[in-house]
Amino acid sequence: MAESTVHQSRSRDLDKLLLRPGNLVAPTFEPGAQLRDDLQEYARILVVGAGGLGCELLKDLALSGFKNLEVIDMDRIEVTNLNRQFLFRLEDVGKPKAEVAARRVMERVSGVNIVPHFCRIEDKDIDFYRDFIIIVLGLDSVEARSYINAVACGFLEYDSDDKPIEETVKPMVDGGTEGFKGHARVIIPGSTPCFECTIWLFPPQVKFPLCTLAETPRTAAHCIEYAHLIKWDEVHSGKTFDPDDPEHMKWVYTEAVKRAELFGIQGVTYSLTQGVVKNIIPAIASTNAIVSAACTLETLKLVSGCSKTLSNYLTYNGVEGLHIKVTEFVKDKDCLVCGPGVLLELDTSVTLQKFIDMLEEHPKLLLSKASVSHQATNLYMQAPQVLEEMTRSNLNLPLFELMGKVPRDIVHVTGTTSRDDKKASCLRKLCLVFKGADAVTDQDMAVGA
Amino acid sequence: MAEPKTKYDRQLRIWGEQGQTALEKASICLLNCGPTGSETLKNLVLGGVGSITVIDGSKVELVNESCVGQSKAKCVCTFLQELNDAVKAKFIEEYPEALVDSNPSFFSQFTLVVATQLTEDSMMKLDKICREANVLLIFARSYGLTGFVRNSVKEHAVIESKPDHFLDDLRLNNPWSELKRFAESIDLKVLDPVAHKHTPYVVILVKMAEEWAKAHGGALPSTRDEKKEFKELLKAGMVAMDEDNYKEAIEASFKVFAPRGISSDLLQIIHDSCSEVDSNSSDFWVMVAALKEFIVNEGGGEAPLEGSIPDMTSSTELYVNLQKIYLAKAEADFLVLQQRVKSILKRIGRDPDSISKAMIKSFCKNARKLKVCRYRLIEDEFSNPAVSELQKYLSDEEYSVAMGFYILLRAVDRFAANYNSFPGQFEGELDEDISRLKTAVVGLLNDLGCNGSTVTEDLINEMCRFGASELHAVAAFIGGIASQEVIKLITKQFVPMVGTFIFNGIDQKSQLLTL
Repeated sequence: MAESTVHQSRSRDLDKLLLRPGNLVAPTFEPGAQLRDDLQEYARILVVGAGGLGCELLKDLALSGFKNLEVIDMDRIEVTNLNRQFLFRLEDVGKPKAEVAARRVMERVSGVNIVPHFCRIEDKDIDFYRDFIIIVLGLDSVEARSYINAVACGFLEYDSDDKPIEETVKPMVDGGTEGFKGHARVIIPGSTPCFECTIWLFPPQVKFPLCTLAETPRTAAHCIEYAHLIKWDEVHSGKTFDPDDPEHMKWVYTEAVKRAELFGIQGVTYSLTQGVVKNIIPAIASTNAIVSAACTLETLKLVSGCSKTLSNYLTYNGVEGLHIKVTEFVKDKDCLVCGPGVLLELDTSVTLQKFIDMLEEHPKLLLSKASVSHQATNLYMQAPQVLEEMTRSNLNLPLFELMGKVPRDIVHVTGTTSRDDKKASCLRKLCLVFKGADAVTDQDMAVGA
Repeated sequence: MAEPKTKYDRQLRIWGEQGQTALEKASICLLNCGPTGSETLKNLVLGGVGSITVIDGSKVELVNESCVGQSKAKCVCTFLQELNDAVKAKFIEEYPEALVDSNPSFFSQFTLVVATQLTEDSMMKLDKICREANVLLIFARSYGLTGFVRNSVKEHAVIESKPDHFLDDLRLNNPWSELKRFAESIDLKVLDPVAHKHTPYVVILVKMAEEWAKAHGGALPSTRDEKKEFKELLKAGMVAMDEDNYKEAIEASFKVFAPRGISSDLLQIIHDSCSEVDSNSSDFWVMVAALKEFIVNEGGGEAPLEGSIPDMTSSTELYVNLQKIYLAKAEADFLVLQQRVKSILKRIGRDPDSISKAMIKSFCKNARKLKVCRYRLIEDEFSNPAVSELQKYLSDEEYSVAMGFYILLRAVDRFAANYNSFPGQFEGELDEDISRLKTAVVGLLNDLGCNGSTVTEDLINEMCRFGASELHAVAAFIGGIASQEVIKLITKQFVPMVGTFIFNGIDQKSQLLTL
């Protein structure tokens, strides 16, 4: 009895939004107790990242009526997290973020179940991501966003008119912050621009030319990068620099100070050395709270339809006064990731090995070390070893036969590609058309009928 | 306990030791600790404010079963303390509205009061109390898919406004003699190719501007054709295609064309009536008075030089020498301004050394970026808003929903004063509440002098649907904004918002309204 009273009162505020009809809502909105219960029972949400945004997202989602959450993060807790990642305490330092975050929220908000995954996002099967109604991203790297985006967009299928098929749409809500600034966005693959359509919003970090570092240093950062990128390798032949090893960092700092003195340059400090070497992005609790709250609200609205949705990109800037802006970006219709897929025409005789080689040379893809899957079947996997051995024999078979002799179908390939000189894992959807295969299939179908 | 510096590393990179010290000295009072209040305070406790005092008279009914029936202020205080043991946390189990009425002097002990979920009447009373006691005040309220945040303080002056993008202070359009001499000492024509491509663009531009001025009776390029010609001349000076320094010079040539003297924003500050100082003037205005004198006298129309230069293609030696020339000029300007500050202090009967050297130095370095924020009393805004602005907002498509919410947020308080509940707060009376709220809206618009203006039916219905609910995601958003404003007000860094922030949770098109 007491239990149910509490239960009722906790959702009392939310009930007003979910049980009452309104005019400024999504066309799909069906207010009622059923909606509230479904939201609690069936809506499974994945939070990617258990850092500054992730901690906030888990708490906000748990307090917004969602009861089935999962969180994935490969990092362990550090002391510098504690000024904003409020689910962590000093005694948690060194423990996996995902596990501690999940436990703390479950302790505080009864009835919520959170499954933690302490691993890299690439370690999960693609199908792991299929089970969630929405994926919420609280990440700080372009590469990770790009990967999840490709996974979610990979589920998208188009009908024969190139219209997205509703059931295959996996929406994402993405947040990001830096200091007093942040963004929140809604990605509905096939309808709104995906992360890759607007990749230009995240320009690559500017690097110092090596000749400046070596010959004409002018700033403290130049001296630090000289010690980090040039001097380290000269002195420690073969030993890789580890930014998390304080001894390594101190060495770089000392060398940078020496170089600065040599050239009469001011301003090298230990803190700046860490900042430059680790590319530290300043972060505070309030901005994370604002961006996560916006992401949570959009998630709630996407799942329930209880209001309109953000269309489609929100920026927040609190540096000078307060600026909030909503921009409606447009989809890149030729996007390699969320579009109907890169069209490749192949002969029916092309073997899987030949196809993998082609991907590496394809000017738009430049995808090396590819693993290939068709529907739920792995045609060839580079790793783990056991899968590689199991699928190796496929390499010499014609792809057409491996795909069940259909004239046209989608395959997913994962591999590595380079962006701004950096290797990154990526996932691409390809639409394969086999030349002259139509006749064959017609015949097959006639037999089948 | 780990080194506190390490824990705060990511924020120290934003507001530095000084900002952190200001936070650690601050005592914050929170009124009402529901979702909005506790979210606000959570962000501040994590950042390490000195002390918090939570005031709430209600008992726990939400969030966690183990606390049901206990004092909400006590529970929230315990939770918050867990986040950071460096913060002194206490609570008072009392309704804020009662405290405002019974013990107004209570609030004068705090640096800043965050007042959440108050209605109009208590807001106006508290505002006067805090204004009188010179206590910073922030109002925050979440209401369904809307809400607001509003700062209130008579005046907030910022020296370190730290804008994202601000033109550097190179004086290429008005170089002083040492800089000119330095440029003259370098003969671009005789340099070998390596030295030529490592001459900083500042030198190239100062020389070219000097040459141009000689040929044009002392004037710098001003028409489009002249500017184009100037850039062509720069291009002609290149001896190889790969000279990055010349490319930088062409890109930066607009700095030569820029008008001399101070910005209109700064002009407004030095002409503010507060710059006529007396013994009651704040340190800020004393320094502004000195700045004003500096600009007309030694500055020759310019503010003190900032003294830093951006990175640019250059040999190390020339760059370091150039840095020294800028620093020396900044130091000289600082010494002059310091002298002026001292004599002004003496004139108004204060200790000539009462403003620290570090403070004056920071003032000089940031002189071009000074900001002054002023806030009307809530009561003035409520009873006498800027009607022209209000009507403009109502008819502007970008603002009309936010303006509608502003009106509705006030109308629901009138409603509550009449009917002892908010519209739609309880089931069963929705239709009646909608028409009552509509009446309240019309009445309010009339009182504000906006007869004929309306708020859409859809928005009025929506406000009734919200039924005074406090949704967690909205509370976290509003609380996040409020805590960020607290940080800006206390650290005296960055620029707080001026006006009322209205949250629009429907399509996220929130707005800042100045009324």
